Amino acid sequence: MPEIDVAPSKQRRLLWRTAEVKEIIEETPRVRSLVLAVPDWPGHLPGQRIDVRLTADDGYQAQRSYSIASAPEAPQLMLTVERIQDGEISPYLTAEVRPGDRFGLRGPIGGFFAWTSAVGGPLFLIAGGSGIVPLMAMLRHRAAAKSTIPALLLYSSRTFEDIIYREELDQFAARDRELEVVHTLTRTQPVGWSGGARRIDRDMLADFGFGAKLHPKIFVCGPTRLVETVALSLLELGHERGLIKTERFGPTG
Amino acid sequence: MSEPPISRGFHGRKKPEGPTNRVPPGQHLVSDFPVLSAGPTPQTKLEVWSFTLEAGGKLLKEWSWAEFEALPQTKIKTDIHCVTTWSKLGTNWQGVTIDDLLAACGLSEPPAPYVLAECDGGYTTNLPVEDLIEGKAMIATRYEGQPLEPEHGGPARLLVPHLYFWKSAKWVRGIQFREGDEPGFWEALGYHIYGDPWREQRYAGD
Ligand SMILES: Cc1cc2nc3c(=O)[nH]c(=O)nc-3n(C[C@H](O)[C@H](O)[C@H](O)COP(=O)(O)OP(=O)(O)OC[C@H]3O[C@@H](n4cnc5c(N)ncnc54)[C@H](O)[C@@H]3O)c2cc1C
Repeated sequence: MPEIDVAPSKQRRLLWRTAEVKEIIEETPRVRSLVLAVPDWPGHLPGQRIDVRLTADDGYQAQRSYSIASAPEAPQLMLTVERIQDGEISPYLTAEVRPGDRFGLRGPIGGFFAWTSAVGGPLFLIAGGSGIVPLMAMLRHRAAAKSTIPALLLYSSRTFEDIIYREELDQFAARDRELEVVHTLTRTQPVGWSGGARRIDRDMLADFGFGAKLHPKIFVCGPTRLVETVALSLLELGHERGLIKTERFGPTG
Repeated sequence: MSEPPISRGFHGRKKPEGPTNRVPPGQHLVSDFPVLSAGPTPQTKLEVWSFTLEAGGKLLKEWSWAEFEALPQTKIKTDIHCVTTWSKLGTNWQGVTIDDLLAACGLSEPPAPYVLAECDGGYTTNLPVEDLIEGKAMIATRYEGQPLEPEHGGPARLLVPHLYFWKSAKWVRGIQFREGDEPGFWEALGYHIYGDPWREQRYAGD
């Protein structure tokens, strides 16, 4: 495994590239994935993000950050975007955009919230809603690298229909004894649901998570409320501060 | 890339809902207060909190919370700009300016040209001293009249509003004056060494 340089400050300036939408995948009623062709993409680490910049025909521009959903091993870059009501960019990316459309993109950005199999494990991932995106890049990388590092995903969604990447996660877990995926549904649960039925809390982290004695590498991503609660609970459960990395997508609640 | 690609069907909000001369390029206005940080929020108790100024490895002065609160207080109303593209106008802060901290040490001018701000949780950020003095920066302890919440950097954060907001380091506990400009936590991870939003200095090399 080559050494990965996570100090992009030594790199050249991050260029704006032109991404072309190749394929669109409807993930849930509010979430879409975009598979992109990005010429001369320099590669990335699972967990890193990019900036998207849209340009209107009158020159007006707007930009936002999106995590990379695809593994570095994948042939094309994937983003996964959740539609935010009244948002400026996410409604465009989740409803208007179609194959052949183009927009500006630059990255990869961030090297702190990143994991590769070279970093080791166990790998403890905790996601809320679209916070799954950078963590999925880690799981896809782990699968592509045929890593047997023990991994656990605790994933909170509102309803069964809102679970992003549900089938792929099921498939990963079914064929991999070292990977466990635990879902919790905070709003409604289907009949016969055997997973969690509330927000992620300290008890849930204690019952399902890796214990602090295993020194897991922990990544938490989601809305600020979830990230705050989870990170504090993990500290209370004895996990080391330095092993807990967080990323927050949304505004404060 | 010289000509940005036109995104078919994208119209955007057009004009930001506010005075355009206050919104730097690539930024958009928000009314809430998003949070960005890399790890668990430190929960430092005021009884053990302290603030230190150091120069050349030597301690200039250390304040307890009570001593710090007794320093001259300044209020700033200002716009803030986060590198993740949100900007928030007219935010109200209160705290102690760097000028007043230096004066409390009996210094008429800063002891070195650069600083590294140090924080709970191990974060650091680097700045030229010029950007901190003459009322340009403070150690803020109140936001909109209330004690600063931990998730926004409380009990105290650096406030350097004319630079991208990661420079306004949360949970700040001290400032080291230094002869050289060395990258802090985010700067070593690819963020711009200076971070001027008006020149859109987001990442290294911008
Ligand atoms: C590091 C980072 C990585 C990110 N990765 C992803 C990703 O992989 N997938 C993804 O879908 N988004 C991601 N985001 C969020 C994304 O950058 C945008 O904020 C989001 O798409 C909303 O943009 P918008 O233009 O549609 O809404 P805006 O016009 O920016 O906002 C409209 C309103 O919605 C609120 N709002 C913004 N974001 C959220 C949110 N997440 N939840 C609830 N309310 C919100 C705003 O505060 C505002 O009031 C990431 C953000 C960061 C900082």
